Amino acid sequence: MSAPDAVIRAVELTKTYRMGEVDVHALNGASLEIYRGEVVAITGPSGSGKSTMMNILGCLDRPTSGEYYLDGELVSSLNDDQLAAVRNRKVGFVFQSFNLLSRTTALANVELPLRYAGITKGRTDRARQALVAVGLANRIHHRPTELSGGQQQRVAIARALVNDPAMLLADEPTGNLDSHSGKEIMELILTLNKERGTTIVIVTHDPAIAAQTQRTIRIMDGKVEQPEAAR
Amino acid sequence: MNFSQAIREAIESLSANKLRSGLTMLGIIIGVAAVIAMLAVGAGAQNTITGSISGIGSNLLFVFSGNMQEQVRNEQPLTLDDANAIADPFQVPSVAAVAPVVQGNAKVTFAGEVANTSIMGVTPDSQIVRNYELTEGVFISEDDMLARASVAVLGPDLAEKLFGRRDGVVGETIRVEGQPFRVIGLLQSKGGSTFGSQDDVLLAPMTTTTARLIRRTRERVDVIYVQAINPDQVSQASEEIAEVLRQRHRTLLGEDDFTVFSQQDFVATAQTITNVLTIFLGGIAAISLLVGGIGIMNIMLVSVTERTREIGLRKAIGARRRDILIQFLTESSLLSLFGGLIGIGLGYLIAFIVGRVAAASGTPFIPQVSLDAILLATLFSTAVGLFFGLYPANRAAGLEPVEALRYE
Repeated sequence: MSAPDAVIRAVELTKTYRMGEVDVHALNGASLEIYRGEVVAITGPSGSGKSTMMNILGCLDRPTSGEYYLDGELVSSLNDDQLAAVRNRKVGFVFQSFNLLSRTTALANVELPLRYAGITKGRTDRARQALVAVGLANRIHHRPTELSGGQQQRVAIARALVNDPAMLLADEPTGNLDSHSGKEIMELILTLNKERGTTIVIVTHDPAIAAQTQRTIRIMDGKVEQPEAAR
Repeated sequence: MNFSQAIREAIESLSANKLRSGLTMLGIIIGVAAVIAMLAVGAGAQNTITGSISGIGSNLLFVFSGNMQEQVRNEQPLTLDDANAIADPFQVPSVAAVAPVVQGNAKVTFAGEVANTSIMGVTPDSQIVRNYELTEGVFISEDDMLARASVAVLGPDLAEKLFGRRDGVVGETIRVEGQPFRVIGLLQSKGGSTFGSQDDVLLAPMTTTTARLIRRTRERVDVIYVQAINPDQVSQASEEIAEVLRQRHRTLLGEDDFTVFSQQDFVATAQTITNVLTIFLGGIAAISLLVGGIGIMNIMLVSVTERTREIGLRKAIGARRRDILIQFLTESSLLSLFGGLIGIGLGYLIAFIVGRVAAASGTPFIPQVSLDAILLATLFSTAVGLFFGLYPANRAAGLEPVEALRYE
């Protein structure tokens, strides 16, 4: 694996929060690289800076210092609206609690990123294809409340994929699901990686999930633990 | 996100909380309805008042004794001679006809029915000047004047009071202050209640009146009604009359001891009064619109807090600050726009009902919902929605995506 093909390249990231009088160093010089087509798990105990790392990788937050390149673009110094555009085009989020809009249909939920991208032509078709790809061809017009947890997470994955992002960032994607649905979702994610070559980053503290990925990056005390354990 | 999508989404989210949206709109509905109804009532009142004044005759002038603005010493009353001088076409060329009047109140009886009414001593020219139309009989003639005849022309309301009917009263004999008068004519209804009813009146020859009903020294008269030859000559006539009276009263220097007032002056005064009334009522109504706007702000703030996670999600998948701002502003504007539209309908209805009630209680009064008022209410209510939506929307747009997603 060579450096130019890195989808994610984070160099010496630090993040400092000010809580009252004390500075909290959530990240303290963390560096990592994730390559195109990889499936990577990011793990770490609570308080390790894992969530902060995920927020920065997902362009939801900016590092206090350090450089972060996503898909070759330096994003650590972009402003809010530019970050929003990067999230829209390059990152697909899958959350633990699905975060679907309950008032609208599965199709409308999947269409949402395309709307914010300003795409009008073929929008519905693309959303429908994404839903077909996650196996929900016959649930397109259902609302989230009419779907099971596993199905809701599939809608969320379809929404994450619809813009063809550089990376799919999943935060405990199976955390709110029973073991059966959880297994199915993991299978779906891994299949998408195989068939589409989507780069996948899963943030989890479940060793069983991490074991299914190609590589695990452990965060500890705001740093990436060396050496990276390769399978 | 384009405009129609934003509106569709806003409608979806508003209809997800129908009761709340409805109650919020109610504030705006009441505000707008109040504004519309009040402006309509004000405009209607203005029309009724100016209409009734115009009914007097558009080229009419009134000459009173006394000066309303200044204190005058040795005030001289108006007399019949003054009236005759104004009637002189060589001195006052812009005047077509002159009608001096003495007026007072008297008790009129017929077969046990008693009515207290205003009586006016008039000359035959009154008919032209005051625009009197008769439904039956004849008006007071020059012969009646010379003979000091005991004849009377009745207003329809007075006839109603005395005889219980508005026709077939000519030839009856009534008593005015105990003296018998023969009814020779019946006036057509003029309506109008601005200066008391013009229909509850008894007209008698001026000579008879001053001799037997209202004692007056030196042929004094109370008002001189003057008709200008046409409405454009009114101010010209006013100048000429003032000139003649100044000479006759020897007040060429100093203040006038009389007042010339035209019907246009009355209309202008009435309009000023009703305008103030309309602004006052409209202002009170506008306050309720303001309260409605605060209601919108309140509910939008609640909505932003409730939907913090949704906002976080939208931002995570690429919504910019502007997208969120537009989303919430669209919601608040739609709330107030719909509220405004329903309010216009309701205001229209209220104005209509007020008109019906007024008509039923005998005052012909038509509230006028003007296009101006509708446009104003629509614009104003949407502006209220935008203005009061701005703060909550800005708050939503400014949320940090990380914080918003973590919000429980």
